[in-house]
Amino acid sequence: MSTVYFLVQQTMFFSIPLLIVALGGMFSERSGVINIALEGIMIMGAFSGILFINVMQSMFGMPPQLLLLLAVLVAAAVGVLVSMTHAYAAINMKADQVISGTAINMFAPAFAIFAARMIRSVQQIPFRNDFRIASVPLLGDIPVLGPLLFRNTYLTTYLGFAVLAVSAVALYKTRFGLRLRACGEHPQAADSVGVNVYKMRYTGVAISGALAGVGGLVFVIPTSTNFNASVAGYGFLALAVLIFGQWQPSRILFAAFFFGLMKTIASAYSGIPFLAELGIPNDIYKMIPYVATLIVLAFTSKNSMAPRAEGIPYDKGSR
Amino acid sequence: MKQKSRLLEKEGFSNFMASLLAILCGLAIGFVVLLVADPVHAFPGLLAILTGGLSDLRNLGQVLYAATPIILTGLSVGFANKTGLFNIGASGQFIVGAYVAVLIGVRCTFIPGPLLWLTCLLAATLAGALWGLLPGVLKALCNVNEVIACIMMNYIGMYAVNFLIQLTVFDSLKNQSLPVAENANAPKLGMDLIFRSGMTASSVNAGILIAVLAGIAVYYVIEKTKFGYELKACGYSRDAARYAGINEKRGIIWSMVIAGALSGLGGACLYLAGAGKSIEVLDTLAAEGFNGIPVALLGLNHPIGIIFSGLFVAYLNQGGFNMQIYGFAPQVIDIIISVVIYFAAFSLLLRGIVERVVKKKAHAQTAQTEPAPDGPPPAPGADQPKGGDET
Repeated sequence: MSTVYFLVQQTMFFSIPLLIVALGGMFSERSGVINIALEGIMIMGAFSGILFINVMQSMFGMPPQLLLLLAVLVAAAVGVLVSMTHAYAAINMKADQVISGTAINMFAPAFAIFAARMIRSVQQIPFRNDFRIASVPLLGDIPVLGPLLFRNTYLTTYLGFAVLAVSAVALYKTRFGLRLRACGEHPQAADSVGVNVYKMRYTGVAISGALAGVGGLVFVIPTSTNFNASVAGYGFLALAVLIFGQWQPSRILFAAFFFGLMKTIASAYSGIPFLAELGIPNDIYKMIPYVATLIVLAFTSKNSMAPRAEGIPYDKGSR
Repeated sequence: MKQKSRLLEKEGFSNFMASLLAILCGLAIGFVVLLVADPVHAFPGLLAILTGGLSDLRNLGQVLYAATPIILTGLSVGFANKTGLFNIGASGQFIVGAYVAVLIGVRCTFIPGPLLWLTCLLAATLAGALWGLLPGVLKALCNVNEVIACIMMNYIGMYAVNFLIQLTVFDSLKNQSLPVAENANAPKLGMDLIFRSGMTASSVNAGILIAVLAGIAVYYVIEKTKFGYELKACGYSRDAARYAGINEKRGIIWSMVIAGALSGLGGACLYLAGAGKSIEVLDTLAAEGFNGIPVALLGLNHPIGIIFSGLFVAYLNQGGFNMQIYGFAPQVIDIIISVVIYFAAFSLLLRGIVERVVKKKAHAQTAQTEPAPDGPPPAPGADQPKGGDET
C-alpha cells in the first residue's frame, strides 16, 4: 500500500504543472490563438517566482506558505506580461502565431540565464524548499485518502485542482466562457452579435500566460532546490497534453494524470518491486510515457475537436 | 511575363528590407541589454558580435561549420511549413540521424575511403526520414496532430539514442559516443588550409556544401516540380488540394519523410566533421533541432533564404563567443535572435504594405490588373487602408 501512496504523491508532482499549463493553453486556443510559447512563459514564471523566493528567504522570515502564494502571484503577473507580447503580435499585428511563440521560447531561457548571471554571477538560482507539507492537519489523518492526497504534498497541488474546477465552470457555465469559445470557433459570428473578439482573445492569452507562469513555478518547487533556466520541456509536454485532452478540461485532467503516472513509473520504477525485478534498462522506462501517449493518440484522434478558428488571425473585414 | 518577374524581384527586395529591419531592431535591443548589463563594455561587446565571425579566417570557418546543421534542420522545418505541417520534431530526427551516422562510422570501418562517409550520410538521412515517417503516417491515417506526435518522437528518439549508444558505441569514461573512423569524417576539400589562423585550422568541411546543395535541391523540388507543387497546394488548403485530385494523405507522409531526412542529414553533418565532437549521453533534446525553427522562420521558409539565415545565426553565435572576453554571457545572442524573429513576424505586415505600394505604382503605370504574385500570400492587414488595388 505504501507503494501506491508513494506513486500517487509522485504523480502529483509531475501532473499538476502539466494540468495547470495545459488548462492555460486551453484558454488561449479556445479563444483562437495558438500559444506555442507556453514553454518560454513557464521559464519566465519560474525564473521570477524563484528569484522572488530567493530574495525573500534571504531577507525576511516569512511563513513559507504565504511566501509560496506571493511567489505564485509574481509568477502569474510575469506570465501575463510575457504573454502580452505574444498577444500583440498574434492579435493586433496578425502575425503567424508560431513565429512570436518561437521567439518567446528562445528569449526566455536566454534571458533567465543572462539575468541570473548579471544578478548573481551564476546561472542557477537556489531556494530553500520549506514548502512541503508533511501532513495536512485533520485531513491527513483520514485513512487511505489521507496518505493518498493530504500527506507529503504542496499547496500548489490543491491550487492545481482549484484551477481545474474554476476553468471548467468558467468555460462551460459562464457568459465569458461561451463568448470565448465562440471566438475560437467562429469569430465573425461572435463579432456579429457584439462580442469584442480582440478583447476576448487578449483575455484568453492573458489567462494562458498567468497559468503558464504559475505552472513553471509549480514544476520547479517540488522537483528541485534550484532553478537552472529550464523547465525540462514541460511547456511542450503541456501542449501535447492539451491536444491529447482535446481542448476540454475533464479530458485534460485525464491526459495530465495519464502522462504524469507514466512519467512517475518511468522515474521511480526502481522503487516498485515487481518492475525493478524485470531488469529493463533505465532509458526504456523513460521512453514509456511518450510511446504510450503516441499509441493512445493513434486510437483516439480520429475526431479532433480543435477550435475551428485556431491560429487564424481575426480580420474584421474578411468574409 | 516580363512584368511578373519584375514584380517578383520587388517582392524579394521588400522581403529583404523587412528582414533587415527586423535584424536592426534585434541588434538595437541587444545593445540596450548590453548597456544595462555593463555600460562600459557595451560598445566593444556589440562590435565583437558584429565582427566576430569575420575577425579571422578561422572564425569564418567556424561560422560555416556551425551553420551546416542548423541550415539543414532549418530546411527541414521550412519545408514542412511550406506544406502546412509544423515539424517541431527536427530534434529527434536530428539525433537519430546523428546516431546512425556515428554507429556506421565506428563499426563499419571495412568500407573504404570516403565511401564510408557517404554511407554514413545516406544512412543518417534514411534514419531521419524514418523518424519523420511515423508522425507523417500517424497524421495522415490516424489524424494525430503532428505537433504532439513530433514532440513525443523527440523524446523517444533521445532516450533510444542514449540507450543504443551505451549498447553499441559507448565511451564510458567520457559518457559519450566513441570517435568515428578517420575516413568517416567529411573531407576537408582543402578548406582547412584556407579557413585557419596561424596553426589552428577551423572545423569547416564538405558538410557546408552538402547543406547548400540540399537547400538548392529543396528549392528545386518545391518550386519547379509537380510533386512540390502538390505538396505546396496541400499546405495552402488541404481541402482544395483534395478537390483538385491531389492525394493529400500521401503528401503529408512525403513531406514529413523529406523533412525528417533533412534533419537526419544535419545530425550526420554535425558529428562527422573531425571536430572532436561526439554525441553526449544526456537527457536533453538536441538544441540544433529546435534552432531549426528560428532559422526557418527568419528565412521566411524559403530554401535559399534559410541558407542565409542559417549563416546569419551561426555568424551571430560566433560573435557571441568572441564577445565573452568582455564578460558578457553569450545568451545575449539568443536574446537578439529571438527579438529579430519577433520583429520578423511584424515584418510580414510591413512587406504587405510595401507590396501594396509597389502594386499601386505598377497599376498606375500599366492601367491593367496585375497577376497575383505566386509567392506566399500577402500578410492580411485589415487595419491598413486598402491601397486602391484590385479595382
